[in-house]
Amino acid sequence: MAATFDQIFILFRNWLVHFLPPAWQPAAGALLGVIGIVAVFPGLFALTTLLERKGLGRMQNRYGPNRVGPFGLLQPVADGLKALTKEDVVPFNANGLMHLLAPLVMVVTVFMSFAVLPMGRHMELVDMDAGLLFFFAMGAATELSVFMAGWSSRNKYSILGAMRAVAQMISYEVPMLLSSVAVVMIAGSLSLPKVVAAQNHYTGIFPHWYVFTPWGFGAALMFAIAAIAETNRSPFDLPEGESEIIAGYHTEYSGFKFALFFLAEYLGMFALSGLGVTLFMGGWSAPFSFLTWIPSWIWFFAKVMLAICVFIWMRGTLPRLRQDQLMNFAWKFVLPYSLLVLLVTAFWRFLPPGWERWVVCTVILAVAYVVMGRAAFKLKRVGPRSYRYAE
Amino acid sequence: MTPLGDYLLVAALLFAIGLGGALTRRSAILVLIGIELMLNAANLNLIAFWRYGPHPEALTGMMFAIFSIAVAAAEAAVGLGLIIAIYRHTQTTDLDRISRMKG
Amino acid sequence: MSIPFYLISALTIAGAVAAMTLKNTLHCALALTIALAGIAFLFLGLDAQFVGFAQILVYIGAVAILVVFAVLLTRSGESLLPAKRARTWLAGLAIAAVTFLVLGWSVLASLYGLPNETAAPSVTMQQIGNALMGPYVFPLEVVAVLLTAATVGAVIVAMHEKARNK
Repeated sequence: MAATFDQIFILFRNWLVHFLPPAWQPAAGALLGVIGIVAVFPGLFALTTLLERKGLGRMQNRYGPNRVGPFGLLQPVADGLKALTKEDVVPFNANGLMHLLAPLVMVVTVFMSFAVLPMGRHMELVDMDAGLLFFFAMGAATELSVFMAGWSSRNKYSILGAMRAVAQMISYEVPMLLSSVAVVMIAGSLSLPKVVAAQNHYTGIFPHWYVFTPWGFGAALMFAIAAIAETNRSPFDLPEGESEIIAGYHTEYSGFKFALFFLAEYLGMFALSGLGVTLFMGGWSAPFSFLTWIPSWIWFFAKVMLAICVFIWMRGTLPRLRQDQLMNFAWKFVLPYSLLVLLVTAFWRFLPPGWERWVVCTVILAVAYVVMGRAAFKLKRVGPRSYRYAE
Repeated sequence: MTPLGDYLLVAALLFAIGLGGALTRRSAILVLIGIELMLNAANLNLIAFWRYGPHPEALTGMMFAIFSIAVAAAEAAVGLGLIIAIYRHTQTTDLDRISRMKG
Repeated sequence: MSIPFYLISALTIAGAVAAMTLKNTLHCALALTIALAGIAFLFLGLDAQFVGFAQILVYIGAVAILVVFAVLLTRSGESLLPAKRARTWLAGLAIAAVTFLVLGWSVLASLYGLPNETAAPSVTMQQIGNALMGPYVFPLEVVAVLLTAATVGAVIVAMHEKARNK
């Protein structure tokens, strides 16, 4: 029974497909998978916007949306209707084609990156040998669409936001790749289902997730920082800093195109959380060996939602960085530390198993963290903020 | 299956377009774009020959293409850095007007 | 099988032509992106997954963005003057045309000896990794040194004069 529930979507797909002639079955199966992704994640997006507004509201001692439907549950529907019925304003000087293409390219590439994520046992659209590389290649296309959006709007705030966003995404993409490479070194594969399979063992009741090893913890930390920066979320939301440059690269977008940007931002969050969960937190595997009877896809989505809650929590508590602080943090702390994590991962790979390698790796990473942090503070590279007020 | 000759023709055309652009345009950035196109045409040839060659499992062509991509990235970074530095000096990226050896 | 190939090649060549002929340098940079993406798809069509994705990651994710940044920093995209051509543009075009004719002629002349049908090689990432770390480890190290040197060099070249003299 548990196995049936675990594979219920696969079984459902196979049942639907078996009415077709055999030659069409693979294509139809893939199409159903695409429909599943395109249906599930925007639905999750709608729920997350509500969760975020409610959560932020609670953190700021207010209720959040509670007018539309019971507990404000229909708020996303109202938001969607509003976006659809709003006038679509395109600035007079704007480059029309690029203005239209930018949100489309962004949404399409983000959707494509979901294709390689294993969302449950055997629940990946394509088991690509170079899955991780595919994911990052799709992420690279986002930068270009952000730039297209900012430039085609012919607005100084748009172009400022786009330049900020692109600089930030390029800077944080490097540590993100490096910390993923650490996982690839240990798992020995770029295919995400294989990465999950490598973590799906238990010692006693505890799982072999990579986040529970010294190098994995360091890499997961760097990955989380880079992922928050990559999705332009607070405290790294300079590209859209409302108090500084209105709304950044989507200042000149309204109506449905703006909704598409909004959707792409949240989908990017889901995709990166999914990747982080897959790489470091065992993907769809259960956290304790006695909980394996719960279907694997529930675990995957539970972990993703947990990551989303952390995103919201961060947004509710941390103030925004300044541009120079952001860049210094990326190039002078996150990048060197990711390189060190990579080195320590190599030690871990080649030291004999036993308590010695735990001690060695933990000590190196902890000492480096403290020393680098202190040095950065002392040299005022990253350090505490200084404020200058207008006279 | 597309024959090998078609890939080679496409690569030849791309190379010629890149060469023509690099020779006729006068903006330093466009010359660099032309060079990138030529490099990509060469990569396309390498991969096509790897795919249709007698020993694809030896991976020689693919390795060559991978290294060529890495070198092209380095070339673009340094080239664009140079263009920006020259622009600071002369306020132009027009190659005909950057004719002095003196800084 | 062939129709996607011709579509993608047409798109690639159109992107390349646009990148070399458009007036606005920024449009050229974006057209270059189309050409590069087309080449990445051609790589995928040739069963070279790794190279195709690496092409997207490196060229579209980094090189195209660098070009765009350079265009904006040097204000090349703003000039409304007619596209400047070299004084020797006719000679340049002639050289390019002759190059294409020679290459095309040599391809067509040798078509008969070329293999047209081969089974798709099954190359796993494992094999590529082993090749990079085995027989090709020396070139790999050289490329690593080159990339480091290029990073440092690009930073120094693009640095402000004042900061360098300090």
